Amino acid sequence: MAGASSSVATKREIGKATRDAFGRTLEALGADYPDLVVVDADVSNSTRTEWFGKKFPDRFFNIGIAESNLVGIAGGLASSGKMSLVSSFAAFITCNAYDQLRMSVAYPHLNVKIVGSHAGISIGEDGASQMGIEDVSLACSLPGFVVIVPADEESAKAATKAMLDHKGPVYLRVGRPDVPKVYAAGPAPFAIGKANQLRDGSSVTLIANGLMVAPCLDAAEALAGEGINARVLDMHTVKPIDRDALRKAAVETGAIVVAEEHLAHGGLGSVVAMNVAELKPVPIRYVNLGDQFGESGSPDALIEKFGMTAAKVAAAAREAIAAK
Amino acid sequence: MAESLEELRARAQSVRRDIVRMTTEAGSGHPSSSLSAVEFMTAIYFGGFLRYDVKNPHWPDRDRFILSKGHAAPVLYAVLGQAGFFPHDQIMTLRKLGSPLEGHPNMTRLAGVEASTGSLGQGLSLGVGHALAARVDKKDFHTYVMTGDGELGEGQVWEAAASAAKYKLDNLTVIVDRNHFQQTGASEDVLDMDPIDGKFAAFGWHTQALQGNDMEEVLIALKRARAVKGQPTCILSLTRKGQGILKLLTKLKDENYHGKPLAPKDLDEALAEIG
Ligand SMILES: Cc1ncc(C[n+]2csc(CCOP(=O)(O)OP(=O)(O)O)c2C)c(N)n1
Ligand SMILES: [Mg+2]
Repeated sequence: MAGASSSVATKREIGKATRDAFGRTLEALGADYPDLVVVDADVSNSTRTEWFGKKFPDRFFNIGIAESNLVGIAGGLASSGKMSLVSSFAAFITCNAYDQLRMSVAYPHLNVKIVGSHAGISIGEDGASQMGIEDVSLACSLPGFVVIVPADEESAKAATKAMLDHKGPVYLRVGRPDVPKVYAAGPAPFAIGKANQLRDGSSVTLIANGLMVAPCLDAAEALAGEGINARVLDMHTVKPIDRDALRKAAVETGAIVVAEEHLAHGGLGSVVAMNVAELKPVPIRYVNLGDQFGESGSPDALIEKFGMTAAKVAAAAREAIAAK
Repeated sequence: MAESLEELRARAQSVRRDIVRMTTEAGSGHPSSSLSAVEFMTAIYFGGFLRYDVKNPHWPDRDRFILSKGHAAPVLYAVLGQAGFFPHDQIMTLRKLGSPLEGHPNMTRLAGVEASTGSLGQGLSLGVGHALAARVDKKDFHTYVMTGDGELGEGQVWEAAASAAKYKLDNLTVIVDRNHFQQTGASEDVLDMDPIDGKFAAFGWHTQALQGNDMEEVLIALKRARAVKGQPTCILSLTRKGQGILKLLTKLKDENYHGKPLAPKDLDEALAEIG
């Protein structure tokens, strides 16, 4: 298991949005990856690829509102020897261009990076049509894809670099709002397919990615007050999943909670359950968006309404432990 | 009952006031994208073109209006509220948790909304579906669809355009809100689709181009569209994004002003400019 607990932030401070950390890293690393070509579909000021675009205008294209075309172009660029990175809102780049992801990227296993921003309900007021809540499930269903969901600013930076260094198709999910820092300033530990253990514990393991990692740390703190020692894993890579970490979690703690800002079906929870059922069945409880669309409201109001909170994680942990 | 030209002009300005007030209150949203579309929306709903019954919003014989550029929801909510589909003061709940006036139209929560939109490019296909349903049921209702100009980048629009021509859907009218901007800049720079009317014509559509912020021209165009036989109609509506508050947007140095509300401190100036 990679990731020393020393890199975990000690205070809960608000950091940059993961989309911002991605955008700044792309801009900073552009010179180191001369083969990288970035393409966006009229949302580069939202996905933050415009920062790369301003610095490297010869390697940046804005092709208009046309996501299927966007992903097809990425496949062509990669087939012609470029490393292409394409971005739009998570909802549009996965749902609108799914057959292109399948046929023009996954099937030929091309070196294409797909970045979906505005994931989850935490985008707030724009509402359901703009919220990618099924993107992880869809990306995991593309053979050969790596699927990454970073938790905060530092891990999004590290994930962006790891994605560029990986040869093959990657889906990176980033969010819109500024989010709490999980990792201390400085490079966060990050290896594709290796969970980061943020806190050790023996009674239950809280497994999360993205927006839900910070609430899991807060829940672990609250549970500690009740004498429950919770282990916390940042499962930033959903595919390939860290089976080693899952086996240890099941064997050593005997109960698991999976928390994610995603539909129940096909996300991290499904992947964890499938693997734990095979490795060492233990009680699992889930904190996720269930089987419903999002809606308009302030990010905070929606986070509360949809239960993306430490309180829900703690309650799920108590249930999982009780079911041992 | 159809309103007169003067009444429609006055109503258009009150729709504009609703748009800026509700988006500033919400603290987010797309006022400039809504403002360009005001004359057409006002004329369709109040100029005697759309047959609807606010007491029976699902009346099978009603005409349909589909806002394909769903981010312009505030203009739709303003006309629906003024038409009486819901209490007008509800517009001030825009985008708040629990309000059926969501950031993008949600047909399951608000009467009068014909389509859940917000992912661009899909409305014209829905319109083709409604128009084909009318044919199957031998009904004479008309379907209007409004798209953005940037939205025309979506390939699905052109798939729909081809199918509408194939079925000679003269019960279908698309209005392209040609406001010359999309999210990241001028439409001519991001993806130049000119000639838009020429493209629709090449697909077999009847086309007209006119000044879409001029109520008189808008009324003529809508009348003509109803008279066309054997072909769907494309109305290329030449507009200004932010029409009604252009002076203010010039002062704010943002002609596009995409996807953001006016600050509360700018609201009075905007309302004064609208008049
Ligand atoms: C499929 C899809 N891609 C991207 C977006 C994000 N988006 C919202 S509005 C907009 C620009 C729309 O431009 P245009 O169609 O010209 O409408 P305008 O706002 O100018 O009226 C974009 C890219 C979206 N809503 N749907
Ligand atoms: Mg436009």
